[in-house]
Amino acid sequence: MRVGIGLPGGIPGASGTMILKWAAKADDSPFSSLAAIDRIVYDNYEPMAMLAAASAVTSRVRLATTIVVAPLRGTAALAKTAASIDALSGGRLVLGMAVGAREDDYLAAGVDYRRRGRILTDQLAAMREYWEGDTIGPRPVRPGGPEMLVGGLSDAAFSRAARYADGYVHGGGPPRAFGRAADRARAAWRDAGRPGLPALWGQGYFALGEGTAERGARYLKDYYAFTGPFADKIAAGLLFSAQSVIQYIRGYEEAGCSELVLLPTIADPSQFDRLAEAVASL
Amino acid sequence: MKILILGGGPAGLYGAALIKKTHPGWDVSVIERNPHDATYGWGVVFSDRTLGSFREADYPSFREITSHFVIWDAIDVRYGGDSIRCGGNVFAGISRKILLMILQKRCRDVGVNLEFRRDLAPADLSMRRNYDLVIAADGVNSLVRRSFAEHFKPDLVYGKTRFAWLGTRKVFDAFTFSFRRNEDGLFQAHIYPNDGVASTFIVQCDLETWKRAGLDHATEAQTVAYCERVFADDLGGQPLLANKSDWIAFTTVSNKVWRYENIILVGDAAHTADFTIGSGTKMAMEDAIALAAAFERYDTNIDAALNDFELERRPVVDGIQRAAAQSNLYFENTSRYEHFEPLQFVYYLLTRSGRIAYDELRRRDSSFVDAVDRWFYGKTTGSSSLNRRLIAPPPMLTPIKLRDMRLENRVVVPCEPDSSARDGVPDEAWCAGFGDLAASGASLIVTQPVAIAPDARITPGCAGLYTGDHAAIWSRLTALVHDNGARIAARIGHAGRRGATRSRRFGLDLPLREGGWPLPSASALPYLPHGPVPRAMDREDMDRVHDQFVRAARMADSANFDALILHFAHGYLIASFISPLTNRRDDDYGGSIENRLRYPLEIVDAVRAVWPAGKPLGVALSATDWARGGLEPADAVAIVSMMKNHGVDIFDVLAGQTTLESQPVFGPYFLTEFSDRIRNEGRVATMTSGDITTTDQVNNIIAAGRADLCIMEPPRLNAHYRIIGSDTHAGEV
Repeated sequence: MRVGIGLPGGIPGASGTMILKWAAKADDSPFSSLAAIDRIVYDNYEPMAMLAAASAVTSRVRLATTIVVAPLRGTAALAKTAASIDALSGGRLVLGMAVGAREDDYLAAGVDYRRRGRILTDQLAAMREYWEGDTIGPRPVRPGGPEMLVGGLSDAAFSRAARYADGYVHGGGPPRAFGRAADRARAAWRDAGRPGLPALWGQGYFALGEGTAERGARYLKDYYAFTGPFADKIAAGLLFSAQSVIQYIRGYEEAGCSELVLLPTIADPSQFDRLAEAVASL
Repeated sequence: MKILILGGGPAGLYGAALIKKTHPGWDVSVIERNPHDATYGWGVVFSDRTLGSFREADYPSFREITSHFVIWDAIDVRYGGDSIRCGGNVFAGISRKILLMILQKRCRDVGVNLEFRRDLAPADLSMRRNYDLVIAADGVNSLVRRSFAEHFKPDLVYGKTRFAWLGTRKVFDAFTFSFRRNEDGLFQAHIYPNDGVASTFIVQCDLETWKRAGLDHATEAQTVAYCERVFADDLGGQPLLANKSDWIAFTTVSNKVWRYENIILVGDAAHTADFTIGSGTKMAMEDAIALAAAFERYDTNIDAALNDFELERRPVVDGIQRAAAQSNLYFENTSRYEHFEPLQFVYYLLTRSGRIAYDELRRRDSSFVDAVDRWFYGKTTGSSSLNRRLIAPPPMLTPIKLRDMRLENRVVVPCEPDSSARDGVPDEAWCAGFGDLAASGASLIVTQPVAIAPDARITPGCAGLYTGDHAAIWSRLTALVHDNGARIAARIGHAGRRGATRSRRFGLDLPLREGGWPLPSASALPYLPHGPVPRAMDREDMDRVHDQFVRAARMADSANFDALILHFAHGYLIASFISPLTNRRDDDYGGSIENRLRYPLEIVDAVRAVWPAGKPLGVALSATDWARGGLEPADAVAIVSMMKNHGVDIFDVLAGQTTLESQPVFGPYFLTEFSDRIRNEGRVATMTSGDITTTDQVNNIIAAGRADLCIMEPPRLNAHYRIIGSDTHAGEV
């Protein structure tokens, strides 16, 4: 299993310089990827823009959206942005897509929230056509275009991952929850007659260092406030010690995860170093 | 802290006592609608594990409870004139009334305010403002849940069986299931001792049986008299006793959230689980323990405590509800298994909820599982010296014979999907992987769909069986399999409108950009909205494909395949005739199910005619289209019933993929429930698949008669058992 780290651009107040410094450390770290999360109605950076910037200061790590809320974007434009990042980064983009769960984002984007599933399905079906076609460039460096992942917990999500994508990305939670989702993703994949196994990505949030746990939890409660009581649950899952990070990593590995992304909750470069230290001890 | 608890059942009383005990300074009150000594129902049961948690939570009430308990460790099943006992299931029963008395007393001892005979109206709930916390323990019909439904977002599902809580003075010494059939239908009794003098006696039947028996308009006395007749042999002359014994449909309650502002739902108000797994009171009391523990940890921090409570209890409750749903499904369809011999019937009953499988049951009662093994082995081998046999292999390792093909065990492995073939000839690298399959220990290998003609291929990289070259390559591979003592089945088919697509490495059903070919189908409906439109087959097309199937069958025989499976599933060519979603023909091959099956059966007949009589023929079938207006499992049962008369020996039960609109459900064993139904209603042999990865699962599926063969997926990369380094012990992590 590989371990990636999230970019801090999902946290309010993160400066552009800091995000780039954070990203620039990645090539010389134990992390395999830099990841970005997505929403519109919040004080955060647009994930595709952030990954494009990260591609300029890195040359090794993969650049992943975990996830981008695809229906909020026009399909052709999203395909073109993805192909551009892929070309700029030398084929390092991993495009994780899902419907998200925030109606306010859809309202702001002028997209019908109730049609989100249908839209995502159509987008997934069209994405490779754009990448492999001759009319819309640039041509992705990676054959067939960027690696695609699909997120979500509905049966439809697992179907989409098996039908259109290269794998599945889970939304986060205890390893057992990931394991159950991974079982379903694998079942859908084999049922579809796809060769090999799907890529299985997991996620978790961390805040490392004296007195950071509370700040991290506060951010998660704020970020996930739209989920009502579930925000507390997500905050309760925060990894706040090197030990809990390692246990989490082991649990995910055991559950068959291929790449685990740990997302920061505090926009401070020392968080990168602390996580790198914890991961390096494995 | 001021805490109000609505409802004086097990969850409310136990929660009140536990919270007050750890926070003597808090003001804890319980309001109950009924008088303190009124209770309906008979007994409740707890597992030994639940008892352990009572002991830890509150010793004084535990001591009282256990002094009134009866404990047993056996489950008796009375079925078809036999009575079979399975041990190792420690349960304890107590009368519900005594339990409530103990909990009331405990509440009084620790200083909880108890108020009985106070019925609240919706308007009264505004008093929640006077409390820091309101615990809604007001039962399955919870007023609180109904009043704040827009916040809790409850979901209520009503069961399809009817049941009545009765009792008897006859003392049973074990949890007893009794199955009795009369002219109206099948009746089940769930019987368990409450104490030394009485037993709870729940009678259940399906809706049709209930109506035929006239129980839908029976008085309580008539219900009692009827049930006494049905279960006369179990009652041994003792009468049945009623106590508010109305016939009810079970309501499964779940809520999107359990907490709203200062209200928390607990017990039946928050969640119920089908009574057939007997977990209602257990869940209620475990809720109370978790809630009190959360307040012990977080004291007056209500947010943290309630969050902790829900985090702790959600996954447990979800698991119990999943198991309960499976158990309910079994009791809705018990008559499907009435042709089972007693040991298998009991095995299925004990493993119905999915919580206990083969290995766990063996741990509980190895002699019972040994008996199942011996019976199963004797049944499949026709061994007459069964009684003298000391040991028998587990069901997975029993042989099975299909026509003249003998398989040494019940495990089947699939070939890896291949997209590297050229002109139908598999490439060398893929062929090299065959050795591993052959040596895997599985008794049978099944190929991926092999094309019967160039235009029958799914992708240009699909293997074929339509030229002499193909037959030669397959001969080599089948020889490799045979050298390893295994057998091999060819799944042959025609992709139909799902043909001419790119490699599945990048996804399904991506049409070829160039080099595509015309696609035939039952009707001119494209698989993808903007995909290539197939042509509706005319008689000439049908004759050609028919001949291609026959040719492929002959080649399969000459290549020494041991079995042949016709791929009639997943929306491929022949499937397009079977499903009403894809067959819009107005000739003799469209419309009724008989018409839609006409062409598939012509192919079965033609293939059977050239396929050696000693070799088995299978059909892969979609048991459901998973789409509105499509095939349902009941249709699939009808289809297999027709096909088995045409010489089909086994069905490879698949589902979905008929159209893009299919909405599959990917749970554990997700295809096995269809195999189960088709096998046991259609009375045919089946093989099942769907993420089956452990020998425990295979033993369980085979022993329970849910399938005859299991297609097992290759082991996961990150299995628990692995070598993690040269200097550590192999296999231990």
